[in-house]
Amino acid sequence: MFRRFTNRPEQGVTITVDGREISAKATDSVAAAMFAAGITTCRTTVVDARARGPYCMMGVCFDCLVIVDGIGSRQGCMTRVRDGMVVESQKGRREIGR
Amino acid sequence: MTEPYLPEICDFAVIGAGPAGMAAAATAASLGLSTVVLDEQPAPGGQIYRGITEAAAATRTVLGADYERGRELVDALAASGATYCPGSTVFDVSPAGEIAFLLDGQPRLLPARRILAATGGQERPFPIEGWTLPGVMTAGAAQILLKQADLVPSGKIVLAGTGPLLWLLAAQILGAGGTIALILDTTPKRNWLAALRHLPRFLASPYAVKGLSLLARVRRSVKVIFGVSHLRAVGEEQLRAVAYRTSGGETTIQADTLLLHQGVVPSLHLPDTLGCRIVWNEEQRAFQPEADCWGATCVDHVAVAGDGAGIGGAQAAALRGRLAAWDAAHRLGRINRPQRDRLAARDLAALERDLAARRFLDVLYEPLSRFRVPTGDTIVCRCEEVPADRIEALIAQGVLGPNQLKFFVRCGMGPCQGRLCGLTVTEMFAAARGISPAEIGYYRLRTPIKPVTVAEMASLPFGEQADKAVVRL
Amino acid sequence: MTHDYDIAVIGGGLVGTAIAYGLAKTGQRVALLDEDDRARRASVANFSLIWVQTKGLGMPEYSDWSRGAADLWPDFRNEIAALTGIDLAFSQPGGFHLCLSEAEVDARASQLARINVQAGMSPLPYEILGHNAVREMLPDIGPEVVGASYCPLDGQCNSMRLFWGLHTAFARLGGHYRSDHRVESLTASEGGFVASTAVGSVAAGKVVIAAGNDSRRLGAMVGIDAQVRPQRGQVLVTERMKPFLHYPTITVRQADEGSVMLGDAIEEENPSLVVGTDVLAKMADRARRMFPGLSKVNIVRTWAAQRVMTKDGCPIYDESREHPGAFVANCHSGVTLAPRHAQTLAPLIASSRVKAELPAFGTGRFDVSTVH
Repeated sequence: MFRRFTNRPEQGVTITVDGREISAKATDSVAAAMFAAGITTCRTTVVDARARGPYCMMGVCFDCLVIVDGIGSRQGCMTRVRDGMVVESQKGRREIGR
Repeated sequence: MTEPYLPEICDFAVIGAGPAGMAAAATAASLGLSTVVLDEQPAPGGQIYRGITEAAAATRTVLGADYERGRELVDALAASGATYCPGSTVFDVSPAGEIAFLLDGQPRLLPARRILAATGGQERPFPIEGWTLPGVMTAGAAQILLKQADLVPSGKIVLAGTGPLLWLLAAQILGAGGTIALILDTTPKRNWLAALRHLPRFLASPYAVKGLSLLARVRRSVKVIFGVSHLRAVGEEQLRAVAYRTSGGETTIQADTLLLHQGVVPSLHLPDTLGCRIVWNEEQRAFQPEADCWGATCVDHVAVAGDGAGIGGAQAAALRGRLAAWDAAHRLGRINRPQRDRLAARDLAALERDLAARRFLDVLYEPLSRFRVPTGDTIVCRCEEVPADRIEALIAQGVLGPNQLKFFVRCGMGPCQGRLCGLTVTEMFAAARGISPAEIGYYRLRTPIKPVTVAEMASLPFGEQADKAVVRL
Repeated sequence: MTHDYDIAVIGGGLVGTAIAYGLAKTGQRVALLDEDDRARRASVANFSLIWVQTKGLGMPEYSDWSRGAADLWPDFRNEIAALTGIDLAFSQPGGFHLCLSEAEVDARASQLARINVQAGMSPLPYEILGHNAVREMLPDIGPEVVGASYCPLDGQCNSMRLFWGLHTAFARLGGHYRSDHRVESLTASEGGFVASTAVGSVAAGKVVIAAGNDSRRLGAMVGIDAQVRPQRGQVLVTERMKPFLHYPTITVRQADEGSVMLGDAIEEENPSLVVGTDVLAKMADRARRMFPGLSKVNIVRTWAAQRVMTKDGCPIYDESREHPGAFVANCHSGVTLAPRHAQTLAPLIASSRVKAELPAFGTGRFDVSTVH
């Protein structure tokens, strides 16, 4: 769980995560926006279907993989939010075509 | 974002915009080299100065004066005339020095006469039971959230591990108004004895005063347990508690977030793919590219700088970046050797002092073997979910080494490409066989340096020769 | 003289290990001599195909040999599973060679027809299919797929587990595996052979050279001219996907764990193990045209490796005339032929009947004097 410790004026951005609207800062990564909204799990694993969340936040671990605007296996920590972005958690392996 | 202007061929391509990359690029450009910086992040700074150009005043206050130093490097880069390409993910470099990268998702090619790999470090794997649970993350990850998103962990926070970053992060969390339930220090007590002979040089450095005051500040307001020998993250689909053991027995504490740290190790993917020889650094217990004092490697046109050349911290990184730039200017004929040596003399001396002072930290914070060599069902390869006991069994069966192991159990074959299990696997072989990791070696790494899509790969140029090799007529 | 072993097999790849396992089954005391973890290995870079449809042009015996191997696969899979518990993920749904132009279809049709009209050939069952027929079996193909050849005998397995399974089975039968034993020299001595390595020498009554592209060097030491050359191949591998491709194709194959392999390339005289992005790009381009749904899928690994190729593409199995007891086994298709090597070839080596039973595969066929 995380909370913002500054209240700087910000350009707000709204994205949806698994159908839920959350607000984010324009400079947030998808993973940071999810943490700020209290979401710590972003996918289930490809082998044992276990829950995972972002681990390294610097593009190394690939545990923050999510589906962004219909495209799977995007690194949530390396992808900046954009107003209207649709994010889905990724369940297990990817499907062909998305 | 405006499209950066890319020359047809550049003199000096710098990959990474942390302290090493920024210092190198600014120096090289000032000597008249056409210089391009390719960096994966949307803004300059690397991990240490992450978010420096965008951070709010309150955030900068929390992060302190050391963080502010990143500004000077960013300003110097901006003023230097080097081309800076943020959001550029390098995924391949040909033997001839042609760099393939994605810029905003579009594949691009940049031929370079000389390449500097300044891709920094990453946190050393910390494979404990439950380290894959949501709610468990690296200390560095929490620091990135602090720097880039003004986020401070809330709820019951436990920090565990060893090394300066753990204490720095604790101080920053406190400074941002957060609270920490507990710090579990895993530094083995006997490390103090071994570190003592390096203490004088450390005490003479600015690190000592800063470090000691940091420790004092954190210990005033956070409960710290020293001598932690076992650590376990507990939970089913989410972290619920942290169990730890000291000589006094096992204790379990409820926790919402567990932040792990046991040092930083060089990132090897770019230098290894470039063909640099990778060698074992016993003092830092990590692999690094073999390089001379200029960062020059066994590959003629490739140099390394920064933590990716061996862990030295931000100051040393900037120094190594500049040294690599002087050397590049010399090799590309802009300055002669005496000029290079004269320009670099002060940086070389400063680097030597800096690295000597850090030896104390390397020895003191060498992680306990148990936290480097996992056992039982602790996950080693997070991507392919390979547990330690499966690897142990294969090692006992006589598997040759990390590369054959990879082939047999898929360890290191997932999307992280072995970044989070490589070192652990080598350490496991070394421990089981009673030999040095130097003799075991590391995964053989290949392009793509980072995953790219089939379409992105397909959009790189190919000609008749490739046609002939692939199409069966 | 007493030897350490009845037989020493040189080369711990798929070919050598299958033979070593087969020899151990016959009750021989076997040593398997291998290099180290960073050795150049064709075995860790293959496409896991059990492939019959293109084998045997110019040598009908090779077609029969491959076909027989495919027939042996189901029993072989069961045998390895029973002995080791390792599932080789074998399936034999038939395989496709997808074509992106009429010219490619024509080339397929003509090659298969030429294979089948050879004298002494038991004709292969195959079909040349148009786009719609292919689509019925492979629903995810793109519009650019013009057609394909299909052969019901083709199959696939998990070659990583095959490799591991053979090693485990060999160890279970008491075989001795020796890593870090790169053979520097091989000498015939006192009714046997001595293989010298940097860590000591191994004496055996017989020796089998299955050292891939290093076989030529070793063969020369015992009077065998094993004419093999390295031929470079490259492959791309994607992240794991949900199952979508239920048949192997020769250039796109989904492994049982879900990753998709994209191949393949043939490059002569390129000794490098560094991948070449032009060839990777071309393979990726063809793969996305065959299966457009793969476009956004991530490539996580690539390989470049050297195939072990003979002049005619067919295996070499032979025994030295000069030094009887020294054998050579070299081929490109170590996966397809694994059961053949374990179940047919190994007993022939044990009883010194390779020359008698497999005359077509001898090195004599490359003898220049017979051509002039």
